[in-house]
Amino acid sequence: MSGLHRREVLKSAFAERGDALAISGLGSATWDLASLGDRDDNFYLWGAMGNAAMIGLGLARARPDKRVVVITGDGEMLMGLTSFTTIGAKRPENLAICVLDNERYTETGRQPTATGMGTDLAGVAAACGFPVARTFKTEQDVAELGALLFKQAGPVMAVVKVVDESLPMAVPPRDGGYLKTRFRSRLLGVGAATMP
Amino acid sequence: MDAHWSEAAHRHFKDAGVVQVGYVPDAGLSKLIDRCREDNEIDTVMCATEEESIGLAAGAWLGGQKAVVLMQSSGVGNTINAIASLISSAKFPMLAIVTMRGEWGEGNPWQVPMGQAVEPTLNAVGVKTYRAETDEDADKMIEAGLRMTYSSDQPIAVLIAQRLIGSKVWKAGKGDGQ
Repeated sequence: MSGLHRREVLKSAFAERGDALAISGLGSATWDLASLGDRDDNFYLWGAMGNAAMIGLGLARARPDKRVVVITGDGEMLMGLTSFTTIGAKRPENLAICVLDNERYTETGRQPTATGMGTDLAGVAAACGFPVARTFKTEQDVAELGALLFKQAGPVMAVVKVVDESLPMAVPPRDGGYLKTRFRSRLLGVGAATMP
Repeated sequence: MDAHWSEAAHRHFKDAGVVQVGYVPDAGLSKLIDRCREDNEIDTVMCATEEESIGLAAGAWLGGQKAVVLMQSSGVGNTINAIASLISSAKFPMLAIVTMRGEWGEGNPWQVPMGQAVEPTLNAVGVKTYRAETDEDADKMIEAGLRMTYSSDQPIAVLIAQRLIGSKVWKAGKGDGQ
């Protein structure tokens, strides 16, 4: 059986990134985003499981002039499920969330998650008021992922069902203070990001 | 002197340039939440759990906006990993205003353990705590807290004592069951 491969899907969708800002949830999603090449306007999480979408919301509210895309995994998103209600209530048009869903807690030993046992993340998002919520399962579908993540008025929930596979680590910088200040410097200028 | 500490809090938010206010409601916060919601220059974000508001504040700061988070003492228990592994790990500024339960004339025993654990748990993950026992304390602590948070990249919580908020009297068969 063929299936979608997370890094291929992401690479193809991110061809349309432009100057969009990216946040990645801890674990596989952070390695995936790093695999596309490190950028100052990536903020990779190495912790804070369950909070990637809310960081995206705070950033999207602060910068309505920019597209904000959160890349995360199914385990991370399940831990932050309550944020669907908060995001659904605020409806930021410039926010998109992409869940690379392999139905596994990959980092901890590939234990199964609830998305393989009936939880439909796009269905939950739709029920919470996301105007765009879709699950991608085929190569044909996924051709539209880039447009959904980077162009369509959101909030967008794009769940991509991917195969469970072992991939080489792609490790971005891990110093949180550095990642934060680098991101702010790129967005606001070094002066505004670092001076009182 | 303001009639209520929430008036000073709102004024300090404006002076400091706070734009986003993330909150989970509490009776002791209702005046401040209403004041922020009525202010068109403040973007209030009602959160389903207090942990969300921590991510919101970090995201706002990444985008160049200042945020404040408001919660009841019980909610502090929901924030600890987010504060430790996001705010403290990446040195994000964060100001929390926490209305206290479980410490002064509390009528609900289920509020006491978390209320008593607020300061030690916050301190353990690197948050400095100021305790406001009077309206004037709250006024000065929120003003100083905002300055220190955003000038020195520090996580700070101003705890509004239950003695200042007033404790509820619980009696079966009376009132509206709130």
